[in-house]
Amino acid sequence: MTRRVAITGIGAVTPLGVGAPALHERWSAGESGIEDGLARCSDFEATDHLTRRQVRRTDRFTQLALVAAAEAIEGAGLDEAPYDRAEVGCVMGTGIGGLSTIESEHTILREGGPGKVSPHCVPQMMANSAAGALAIQHELRGQCFGTVSACAAGAHAVGTAARMVAYGDAVACVAGGAESAITPLATAAFAEMGATSESGISRPFDRRRDGFVMGEGAGVMVLEDAETAELRGAPILGYLTGYGATADAHHMTAPEPSGEGAARAIRKALADAEIEPGQLAYVNAHGTSTPLNDRSETEALKSALGEQATRIPTSSTKSAIGHLLGAAGAVEALETLQALRAKQAPPTLNYEEPDEGLDLDYVPGEARALSLNGHPAIGISNSFGFGGHNVVLCVEAAK
Amino acid sequence: MTTATKDQVTERVIAALVEFGEEPENVKPDSRFEDLDIDSLDLVELAQVIEDEYKIEVSDAEMEKIATVQDVVDFVAQRQQ
Repeated sequence: MTRRVAITGIGAVTPLGVGAPALHERWSAGESGIEDGLARCSDFEATDHLTRRQVRRTDRFTQLALVAAAEAIEGAGLDEAPYDRAEVGCVMGTGIGGLSTIESEHTILREGGPGKVSPHCVPQMMANSAAGALAIQHELRGQCFGTVSACAAGAHAVGTAARMVAYGDAVACVAGGAESAITPLATAAFAEMGATSESGISRPFDRRRDGFVMGEGAGVMVLEDAETAELRGAPILGYLTGYGATADAHHMTAPEPSGEGAARAIRKALADAEIEPGQLAYVNAHGTSTPLNDRSETEALKSALGEQATRIPTSSTKSAIGHLLGAAGAVEALETLQALRAKQAPPTLNYEEPDEGLDLDYVPGEARALSLNGHPAIGISNSFGFGGHNVVLCVEAAK
Repeated sequence: MTTATKDQVTERVIAALVEFGEEPENVKPDSRFEDLDIDSLDLVELAQVIEDEYKIEVSDAEMEKIATVQDVVDFVAQRQQ
């Protein structure tokens, strides 16, 4: 017997601004957070939100996580919830962890020797340091760990947290993803493998797409046992109703061309949510703007959703904020919820020229109202990561 | 190299602790680290500052005996003689 999992708070820091509303409102209005081929959180100044001490002792990815989590937790009223803190968990995904710390400390090591390396280096660079920092900040004493699955990490975190709550291992769980890897090494490495866009334009599903645009940010959700959340009068924004995860076992970076691994994850998520493709009002695509992903993802959606695939509005958040890597899955899941709550699919920006075989409804041009006909607003958010990881989350807006 | 005065060392140590995140008004020469928000990692960093600034090697054992700002100042003065 599993419990229904409510989403009671969301928070985000993205290239479109600090706060989850900025992401939805600005993206829906067709605005982009990409400048000069990169999607930085330019509005985010850590010292505006955190103490000097916190800023000094954390990598930027943890700083982004702390601020996104504060918004989600405040919205949910979780700090004041009458819960045993030992029953509240925390799962945070990241692709890499504290990469800017690793790079700057490595420079110090080479120039000054081992004695100059900061004693704060390890706690800053660890991939699980965002999870640990959130637990300390908000006294989350249940299960706490990081998930590491490249660009699926944030979605794995949310899915794992939902299971934790559904199974009763936690009454609530703070879950999401954070990434800040726009560093010289990562930028060069992604470029050298041909993953990032030479044009600097994120145009998922468009014929001219030439790679993803690197972004940074964080997204956090508060998940709670729905019954308990209702009892305490928590704001119920929606429900995390389905989680499906699979592996391609095909290639370290290239998706299986048929999209079958991703399709299996979609089917699993729908089965977990106990819904049929016909009940989906919206698909938030992984939609990276790479030639391979957007084709195999389209194949996966057609395979898993059948004839419904071409009916359901399918848009990519990455067209507006680039690829947030380990944060992407969490940010996009909470954006899926915001879109469903607003009953509106934000557009895939820069989508102008159709590609052969890529024939879904990618919501070109501008945001479009979802047709619900009185049915619940249900959507899925796809996330796929290097390593062949596929995660699909099914989200339902509260009525 | 000229020897730093105790006042100069005091000033340097307090500046380091403030840089670590302490509020300036909280840090006095007799402040105990355990009463401040200074942990073992900060103390390692403080030892690095002393080593850099005064070219003094500080062993872990020596650092363990240091509990206040004044202890640091006295340690530096003694080693500079």
